Amino acid sequence: MKAIEILGLEKTYNVGFWRKRLKRALHPLHLQIEEGEIFGFLGPNGAGKTTTLKLLMGLISPTAGTARILQRPLDDPAMKAEIGFLPEQPYFYDYLTARELLEYYGQLSGVAAKERSRKVPEMLDRVGLRASADVQLRKYSKGMLQRVGLAQAILHDPKVVFLDEPMSGLDPMGRREVRDLMEQLKHEGKTVFFSTHILSDAEALCDRVAIIHLGELRKVGAVAELTAGVQGRIELIWLGNQTPGALTTLGVEYHVSKDTVRAILPESAQEAALDALRREHIRLISLTPVRVSLEDYFVEQVKPAQANAKGTA
Amino acid sequence: MTSRISSIAFNTFREAVRDRVLYNLIAFAVLMSGAAVLVGQISIGIERLVVINLGLSAVSVFGIVIAIFIGIGLVSKEIDKRTLYTMLSRPVRRWEFLLGKFFGLAGTLTVNTLLMAVGVFGALLYVSKHFQSSDAWLLVALYFIVLQLLIITALALLFSSFSSSLMSAVFAFSLYIIGTFASDLRGFAAMTPGLAGWLATGIAYLVPNFSALNVINLVAHEQRVSGQLIAFNSIYAFLYAGMALCGAVLIFDRRNLK
Repeated sequence: MKAIEILGLEKTYNVGFWRKRLKRALHPLHLQIEEGEIFGFLGPNGAGKTTTLKLLMGLISPTAGTARILQRPLDDPAMKAEIGFLPEQPYFYDYLTARELLEYYGQLSGVAAKERSRKVPEMLDRVGLRASADVQLRKYSKGMLQRVGLAQAILHDPKVVFLDEPMSGLDPMGRREVRDLMEQLKHEGKTVFFSTHILSDAEALCDRVAIIHLGELRKVGAVAELTAGVQGRIELIWLGNQTPGALTTLGVEYHVSKDTVRAILPESAQEAALDALRREHIRLISLTPVRVSLEDYFVEQVKPAQANAKGTA
Repeated sequence: MTSRISSIAFNTFREAVRDRVLYNLIAFAVLMSGAAVLVGQISIGIERLVVINLGLSAVSVFGIVIAIFIGIGLVSKEIDKRTLYTMLSRPVRRWEFLLGKFFGLAGTLTVNTLLMAVGVFGALLYVSKHFQSSDAWLLVALYFIVLQLLIITALALLFSSFSSSLMSAVFAFSLYIIGTFASDLRGFAAMTPGLAGWLATGIAYLVPNFSALNVINLVAHEQRVSGQLIAFNSIYAFLYAGMALCGAVLIFDRRNLK
């Protein structure tokens, strides 16, 4: 079953005070996310990730198109009882303690009082805030607020969890904990839709990713599927500090250190590069294929569009 | 539905208490005790009149200031701080959020008024040494003050559903001032002929009639308030506040959150 179906969702704003002009924040977006998936929504800052999440949460209304979550329309309160949401850089009522906030949000999500008294301490434990549960949120650090945000998003045991930049503001340990939490959610059968521009997180976690840039969807698919299409590269390391001129024409990137040279070049140039090294009597230490990362793929997708945008600006 | 509205209302009340809104009661207590002592010394025979006038006017002014300055932030603060995002991603409809906020502030203002009323009665007891039967009409005046506060809160919510905090404060305060002269405005409209008369009548009936809700002078002179006025004012205030809330809901329902 589809957990999320986005059918041509589009958002255009009127900008300017006197002379109104249209600014398209999101081009018609079509996307389907299966139940139980961890789905990464990737894009640079200003790509349209938060706009999409705001549309799905009903915080802004679409210019055109529609979407369904768990087969229900976006304004259905019964659907909202089954989703959780962590906004980007969340801010909560700072006069409340973490325990009071979770109690309050539990009430609003329709969690029964008896269940709340069990779930709230359990959630505080799960995000590592038990010790500061009764401290007002105005005294919390950014990382602690992010943890409270995660707790409120999953408190009511939602089927689909939306997380907008969940790793932002967290230290490496915090990021690892969030990753673990997302994996646990997947094991519990929940669907996780998260936006990020930290690609290593997406690569480690996601079943599928979508890349969005300048409000337009570029690609959707599994990380391995997407990166398979990118031309492979190899890494050569040799002794000395010679950089044969013949290699320069092959598109080599050099990293010269005291007694070795490291060169990265396209896989297709491997034979030509080895010939050039042989001719110069250079002693090769290693030849290793370089794994194509999501970051490489992402840059390949985003860079031309960014250059075009700059050119037309 | 009701549990969500009551949860939001309770949280709004809790916010006001923790943000020290009820600290205004300290200023009110100082004012009332000072007035009671001073009036006892300088006015002969009209102590009651002065204490009732001063006390009820202070209750009204303190309440109006709180209603406007908290009311205008009820929605805009939630949008600016983005606390609304996690709220509206839950099974909370926008109108439930607005009603919860309204009842929360209305509850805060009612509790505040009741506590200030205790101060007024205390000061009255101090200057006249005993209560008399006509003092019961003070309760009606206090009830009318609460009705005014309900209207102002609903208007502040209406304005804050589409404009900035500053503009909402200006609108709400202006409307309060105009509303206190609503009777004069209606008199002027009745005397004005032609199109201007029609226009003045429209405005006179559009602004809230706070002058009808002000019976402070009446009760200070130990006069009774008619049952008809109590019924009329109650219906008027609930209808007016209800319409302002409906307007706020209609606007807020269509609003895109930044």
